Amino acid sequence: MANLLNRLNSDTICAIATAMSDAGIGIIRVSGPRAVEICDKVYVSAGKKHNLLEHKPNTITYGYIVDESLQEENQIVDEVMISFMKAPHSYTREDVIEINSHGGMLVMNQILELLLKSGCRLAEPGEFTKRAFLNGRIDLTKAEAIMDVISAQNNFALEASRNQLQGKIYSKIKALREIIIYQMAFIESALDDPENYDLTGFSDKLDGIIAGVIDEIGHMISTADEGKIRKDGIKTVIVGKPNAGKSSLLNTLTGDDRAIVTDIAGTTRDIIEETVRLGDIVLHLIDTAGIRNTDDIIEKIGVDKAKSMVQEAELVLYILDSTSEIDDEDGDIIDLCMNKKTIVLLNKDDLSDEIKITEDIVRMRFSDASNDNLPIIKTSMLKGNGIDDLKKAVSDLFLNGEIVPKQELYITNLRHKALLQNAYDSLKLVRDSISKDLSEDFYTVDLNDAYASLGEIIGEEVGDDLVEEIFSKFCMGK
Amino acid sequence: MIDVREKYDVAVIGAGHAGCEAALACARLGLETIIFTMSADNIAFMPCNPHIGGSSKGHLVREIDALGGQMGKAIDKTFLQSKMLNTSKGPAVHSLRCQADKMEYSKEMKRVLESQEHLSIKQAEVSEILVEDYKVESEEEEYTKKIVGVKIFSGITYDVKAVILCTGTYLKSRCLTGEAITYSGPNGLLPSNLLSQSLIDAGIELRRFKTGTPARMDGNTIDYSKMSEQFGDSPVIPFSFDTDPADVQRPQVSCWLTYTNEKTHEIIRKNIDRSPIYAGIIEGIGPRYCPSIEDKVVKFPDHERHQVFVEPEGTYTNEMYIDGMSSSLPEDVQIAMYRTVPGLENCKIVKSAYAIEYDCLCPGQLQPTLEIKNIHGLFSAGQFNGSSGYEEAAAQGLYAGINAAMQIQGKPYLSIDRSEGYIGVLVDDLVTKENLEPYRMMTSRAEYRLLLRQDNADIRLRKKGYEAGLISEEKYNKLVTKIDEINHEVERLKTTTVGANAAIQKFMEENGSSTLKTATSLAELICRPEFSYETLAPIDPERPTLSKDIIEQVEITIRYEGYINRQERQVEQFKKLEKKLIPADIDYNDVSSLRLEARQKLEKFRPTNIGQASRIGGVNPADVSVLLIYLDSMYRGKNDEK
Repeated sequence: MANLLNRLNSDTICAIATAMSDAGIGIIRVSGPRAVEICDKVYVSAGKKHNLLEHKPNTITYGYIVDESLQEENQIVDEVMISFMKAPHSYTREDVIEINSHGGMLVMNQILELLLKSGCRLAEPGEFTKRAFLNGRIDLTKAEAIMDVISAQNNFALEASRNQLQGKIYSKIKALREIIIYQMAFIESALDDPENYDLTGFSDKLDGIIAGVIDEIGHMISTADEGKIRKDGIKTVIVGKPNAGKSSLLNTLTGDDRAIVTDIAGTTRDIIEETVRLGDIVLHLIDTAGIRNTDDIIEKIGVDKAKSMVQEAELVLYILDSTSEIDDEDGDIIDLCMNKKTIVLLNKDDLSDEIKITEDIVRMRFSDASNDNLPIIKTSMLKGNGIDDLKKAVSDLFLNGEIVPKQELYITNLRHKALLQNAYDSLKLVRDSISKDLSEDFYTVDLNDAYASLGEIIGEEVGDDLVEEIFSKFCMGK
Repeated sequence: MIDVREKYDVAVIGAGHAGCEAALACARLGLETIIFTMSADNIAFMPCNPHIGGSSKGHLVREIDALGGQMGKAIDKTFLQSKMLNTSKGPAVHSLRCQADKMEYSKEMKRVLESQEHLSIKQAEVSEILVEDYKVESEEEEYTKKIVGVKIFSGITYDVKAVILCTGTYLKSRCLTGEAITYSGPNGLLPSNLLSQSLIDAGIELRRFKTGTPARMDGNTIDYSKMSEQFGDSPVIPFSFDTDPADVQRPQVSCWLTYTNEKTHEIIRKNIDRSPIYAGIIEGIGPRYCPSIEDKVVKFPDHERHQVFVEPEGTYTNEMYIDGMSSSLPEDVQIAMYRTVPGLENCKIVKSAYAIEYDCLCPGQLQPTLEIKNIHGLFSAGQFNGSSGYEEAAAQGLYAGINAAMQIQGKPYLSIDRSEGYIGVLVDDLVTKENLEPYRMMTSRAEYRLLLRQDNADIRLRKKGYEAGLISEEKYNKLVTKIDEINHEVERLKTTTVGANAAIQKFMEENGSSTLKTATSLAELICRPEFSYETLAPIDPERPTLSKDIIEQVEITIRYEGYINRQERQVEQFKKLEKKLIPADIDYNDVSSLRLEARQKLEKFRPTNIGQASRIGGVNPADVSVLLIYLDSMYRGKNDEK
């Protein structure tokens, strides 16, 4: 049995822990039961001895990485400092060795290769964190946050994950749980010892307290949407008739002065996605390749496809040539935009003499109530006018135009959001029971649920799906 | 010595509430059973309060009855007063409580034991348990010894296959009234001084617990005019599902309520240093939830008064039990203290209050079957397991008795989990938790109490009693019919609608209810607080004739459906972790990433599943996830190998 179990953590893994750049110093991290033994094969001390095994834990030693398969005069790969952290006093709770090399991608890769040849396995993304979690070094929320830091796409995402890492969510949730458990304890005490714990007037008091907790959770949930947008960006689609200026808009957004963050090939369908940064916000432009190839997107891919694209999008940028009249084709597009967060761009504003479409005309056509506050921006792609207005409009639409205070707690994790929602719903039911004048012993059913849901967020309650969650989070096992 | 070695299947040591249920269960399941008692005239003796049931304990009695135990039937025959408590609250916390005639209860139980086939009663002090080496180590079970017999003080031995320890408070017991110490069992009965050492020799760890009882007063010296009279219910609901309600409608005896006051508390505070607990004479730890009057005064310094119930001990005696004022203060303080209470000004004490100390089992040594770990065939129940209370004892006795029988007969063990009964909660807590004081049942201990009501104990547990063999085919079929009738009626009420016609609207108005906008189901109407099943009769001409208990189930099911459903979801979550089994031969040293404390606790309690592991104090959720992952990767690994 022991053999089977040890397989879980038996490998010794290694990876370059610092950014892959030609920086001055780089770190290669090795973790696992054979960390010392393997490193010893490729390391000699300043006195040219393989004596890593004799080194005391938690000390730094100076020496060389050598490749002994080479001729003697070429053996030295790099001059390094090695720090050794003995299990369990390390990040992963395993033996960990960190090799501080002089960096440079070539040298780092060479060292890595040597380690791999000597018995290490290349770590999967996040595997050090996975081990830290599995070995009980960090809890699930921390592990989640670290994974988020690793994959953070922008500064906001990083900040939010760091807040989480520092346990801000943890302490917030913990405080709410304490309020709930105190009330539950009081009810229980009163049921068991009615002589000494009086429930007269308790319901009203409880109602007020629970209302307060509901507010706080509600606020956290509302940050979740915004937090998600800040972290993950907005799925955006550009629509408009041929020659309205879609390509120009795209080029302006993705132009050389604006960073193209990634090129992600293939989500569920084979769509090319392009990601651009607009101020604080990341926009994922859906199917921009299609738009690039032909201006006439609706004609090319058909109304159905356009519809599904629009439906999938969180934001529609509808670009109109303000020098030509609105026609049936525009009508089709407007129908598509109904009930969607839409920004209308009245392009070719520079040709002021020939303007045929005004804001009022557009507003009349968008008769839908939800588009009462439809943002309409005059742009000139030719002159690059209106992009700042667009930036502001997007920000208004998704972030309530607020500037993010750094300390604000953002829920950026879907698992957390769902659990917060559960807690929210359960507490609503408590208030419902109070309003129906049911006796106190009924409140505990839902108080308990709320308490458990909050506990699952911070790993203080063992959810049955925990193992699944962990296995999927770290893509381990099969 | 002449060899008069006797052979039995089961020996039960102790004939208190645990022992009686254990012995009856074994004998009824066809096993030759002998029950040992220090005094055959004190079988099922009630050394403390004269009542059975009460908050959450009433649930236990109902469950005992559902499984085929005796307690509910015995009290139905011998109660002096009966009352359903907490009726102003939800059905989950309704609890039946009966004042017992102590002597009649004891006599009734003795009669039942004496007339039980396969059961012998023996007055003797068991001085030794006899064990042999027995090595079993597998994924399912682990043993190092097995029980082969018991030896009594006279030297005679009995060969048995199983022993059930129900020693109550009798192991090396001593009673304390202030500075006065008596080396006796409760109420002056003989203690059992020899068995402890034999248990220790078999590898069992023991500790000292204490409990206490208030004084008994001469009823003729009490002035009841200064107290408020407490009546029983009418009509009375019987405890047993098999008792005909008509048989329990009889004249009842009253209890009396009075209060302590500042003068009482003053005397206690002045003399608190003479209490053996506060003076440090008592080593045993007492129950926090059944506190002595001195504990209450210390714990609630702001309370101006505490309730005192004056309850009859029986019809055979004048003695009155002073509920709420148990104490171990010296007798002179007791007299002064009791006499400050209105109505007790001139009281004379027949029996003084005292505290009693005794040996019982250290935590972590019980299996979920109530068999003691490592010793095959040695079961235990009641106060020996660290509990307190007649009902707790009886429930364990029945549970241990059934499981001893199942073991001997090679049948599957009885298992009741926390979502199935208070007995399940009780057993799990005794098995899993490091209770540092006598364990008393309380409603707050049951997580799923909306499902574990006293009114549905038969629906929850009778099937298990039937499967064990203690419930007859006939009784079980009766239950199946009852469940069918409940389900049909619930379904009918949900699907039968009344239209918004004039007659109906008039009925609504007459009953102070809002008129109907559309056709509405009868079930929806029952949910309105102003209606009940009963009051809807005029607009429900199709209804079948149903018994009261069926109507009660129908009403609860409909009215609290949302809560019940949510609680059932909680149970589903709970069961998922209960189903994740931990192999009996697990080596926690292999789980390298467990914290040291968690590893020690897991090693000590050796839980059988993850749910149980998660309830052990000192094992936190992170430890549980480590364990989950360990087991999961183990199973994944095993499947790989196949």
